Amino acid sequence: MNILSVKNISKSFGGIHANSDISFDVPQGTILGVIGPNGAGKSTLFDLITGYTKPDQGEVYYKEKNIFGLRPDIISNLGVGRTFQKLKPFADQTLLENVMIGSFAKESNITKARNAALEIIEFVDLIEKRHHFARELSTGQRKRLELARAMATKPDLLLMDEVTGGVDQKTIPGLVELVKKLKKTGVTIITIEHNINIIMDISDNILALDQGKKIAYGIPKEIQNNKQVIDAYLGTVDAA
Amino acid sequence: MTSEIILQAVISGLLMGLIYALIAAGLSLIFGLMEIVNFAHGEHLMLSMFSSFWLWTLLGLDPIFSIPITIAILAVSGILTHYFLIRYILKAKMLVQICATFGLSIFIRSFAQFLWTPDFRNVKDPILSGRIEIGNIFIGQPQLYASLICLVAFFLLYLFVNKTETGLALQATAQDRQAAEILGIPSDKMFALGWAIGLGCVAVAGVMLSNYFFIFPDVGVNFALFAFVAVALGGFGSIIGCLYAGIIIGLVESVGGLLIDPSFKLLYVFAIYLAVVIWKPQGMFGRY
Amino acid sequence: MNSSLETAKLEPVWNTNKKVVFSVVGLLIGLLLFPLVDPNTFYLHLMIMIFMHAVMAQSWNVIAGFSGQISLGHGAFFGIGAYTSSFFFVEYELTPWIGILIGILFSGIIAAFIGAVVLRLSGHYFAIATLLIAISFQVVFQRWELVGAASGIWIPLTEGSSWIKLQFHDGKTEYYYIFLILFVFIYFLTWMLSRSKIGFRLRAVRDDPQAASSLGINVSKYKIIAYVISAIIMAPIGSLFAQYILIIDPDRMFNIEISIIVLLITVLGGIGNVWGPLLGTAILIPISEYSRIYFGGTGGAVDLMIYGVILMLICIFRPAGLISLLPLHILEREKQR
Repeated sequence: MNILSVKNISKSFGGIHANSDISFDVPQGTILGVIGPNGAGKSTLFDLITGYTKPDQGEVYYKEKNIFGLRPDIISNLGVGRTFQKLKPFADQTLLENVMIGSFAKESNITKARNAALEIIEFVDLIEKRHHFARELSTGQRKRLELARAMATKPDLLLMDEVTGGVDQKTIPGLVELVKKLKKTGVTIITIEHNINIIMDISDNILALDQGKKIAYGIPKEIQNNKQVIDAYLGTVDAA
Repeated sequence: MTSEIILQAVISGLLMGLIYALIAAGLSLIFGLMEIVNFAHGEHLMLSMFSSFWLWTLLGLDPIFSIPITIAILAVSGILTHYFLIRYILKAKMLVQICATFGLSIFIRSFAQFLWTPDFRNVKDPILSGRIEIGNIFIGQPQLYASLICLVAFFLLYLFVNKTETGLALQATAQDRQAAEILGIPSDKMFALGWAIGLGCVAVAGVMLSNYFFIFPDVGVNFALFAFVAVALGGFGSIIGCLYAGIIIGLVESVGGLLIDPSFKLLYVFAIYLAVVIWKPQGMFGRY
Repeated sequence: MNSSLETAKLEPVWNTNKKVVFSVVGLLIGLLLFPLVDPNTFYLHLMIMIFMHAVMAQSWNVIAGFSGQISLGHGAFFGIGAYTSSFFFVEYELTPWIGILIGILFSGIIAAFIGAVVLRLSGHYFAIATLLIAISFQVVFQRWELVGAASGIWIPLTEGSSWIKLQFHDGKTEYYYIFLILFVFIYFLTWMLSRSKIGFRLRAVRDDPQAASSLGINVSKYKIIAYVISAIIMAPIGSLFAQYILIIDPDRMFNIEISIIVLLITVLGGIGNVWGPLLGTAILIPISEYSRIYFGGTGGAVDLMIYGVILMLICIFRPAGLISLLPLHILEREKQR
């Protein structure tokens, strides 16, 4: 089953066509990588799917239900989680409190929420930092915090906006492993990523965007040899 | 209700609106530069009115002539405010910024009450006095000239911000502080300048108001509220928006007071505020 | 620190500091016994003022500190509570005890209405709207004949004391205990609130509404919840104050000073923390009451001057409030620095 179906999505801001007529499906349990140069409309796509912006045209189906125009919190309660490109931790609260707030999406009892949060913090390997304030964490740790917080809502579909952006080289393999671990738990993942090698490594399918339009969709091998994608990326490929 | 009475109200509202516009322009300038709402704006207006009053009482200086002095006083006050208060809260949370200028407003208002008592004062027999009669419409000279001078000041401000090098530097700082810094525009000095000019506008309005308005420590409160509404209506960050908004508010206040009930003028203006921020949050010309 | 998940799960959720518990219990006992030890009416009045302002400040803390909406006109709900119970007593001879409940109901409903309209506004817009609302209330009540317009409502005095009429004229001891009970009750409720799921979600709304949205939190709904809670805390204290001074007019009840002082107390004490408003009250109210005595007529203006300066200084030097100076400042949870 396709957990997400995007049909002919378009969105313009003033004269800028952030997304033009984009359509794709995401089969359940897979990882979809979204690639494209800066300004290609990737984050706008996320905002459209998670309800932060309304599309001018088109529809979004989540578990075959039309989620057009729903508020972000309603979409979240339906099982869609997300992280943000510009990290938004609750800076004056501890890591544990941050993740607990995520747990409260599904749990009302304080102790159970706390323990559920602890388990996820363990999963992202940050258990020693649980009582640290979010603002004291490094970028890589904050990325894990956001991931943990989103995971605490027990989503079936998780949208990750640039997991490895701004993170130093030696932290990256750990984050990649984390994503793979996450997939094994049954969560469907859509991830925006600039690092081509990582995308090729983890994705089951890849969606390539350029200037708001979909230029390619397919398995990594196809995308690697797709002329349009190569043209769009000429000179902008990230080396590993 | 003759058409003359309505016309009278319209003119009166229009004139008052020009004064609101200038006051709002100062507020908008400051907000546009550093995203801080000056909750002490009304108190600065009150200070300029008292400045005019004391210069007249102690030195016999007519308000018209004390304009430059009061502008200077308020400009200095603005610079001091920036260097001793605002500078420290530029990076703070909105709560802190709001409370800081709110605290300043409390301090200035109560200081005025302490020094000068809550008594109402007024400037007696200023040069600008009397009425002009056009047909059956009466226009007070002080009101007329106050509004005209405010309009002139408004356009001087507009020209300054849009046509002079310093003004463009101010705009640059408002739009992107870091980029402006890289280009060699010192944002600290620009902010101080913004405060000086913003309060300078208030000074002009205050002095002209002192020709015919009662002067007392709380006088700034309502003007400040109307200025907030004007900036919201015109759009935070837009100077020209203040002009349109000020006029609209002046008209609503005056005509609403005439047609419905003068004691609820504030409520009509409040209704505008709500309508604007709910349906068009950026205001008429705003960036936010 | 042991990094094992199992150990972490065995940790208590809340950090209960024995010193704090003993202090609170000790304080409570002290407050209960106070009138028996020293029934001097000035001190009783001072304590009543402290209880009252502590509750009012906590009300502001809920909307501003817990959920991050800066209300500059919070005095409005105080006035609504005061007028409601007084009106029903004067017109219908309804005991103020029931009047208080009606006041709570009215405040809640009005807060829900106002909140639904203005809480969607962002920071500055909301703050300005609250100022406009507060002054609007004052304007309306000054002209509303039903509630006495500018002269307000004068509660008829009873002979001696009466519990059913909530008036006591043979000393302030009864008033003291009533205010004390309300104070303890409200503080207990807010303490529970800050430790509840709603409390956590409010803090999320405060710190980052967009992120909160992505975690299943209906931001508007929670803002309104906080606003309603803070209004229904304010209302009963307004009603009790009306029964204490027995003259209710728009100047006294919708005074901007009320809004100023609750803001100042909470910011001074520590915004967002359950004990902040109490700390701020304990410092400011004695100063305020004593300066009223020593400075007499212009006492009001000097008060406010000092408040303004304190507020500015706090904003510059210690925005988190004085409670952040205490080594035990986070009383709910142990946090590493």
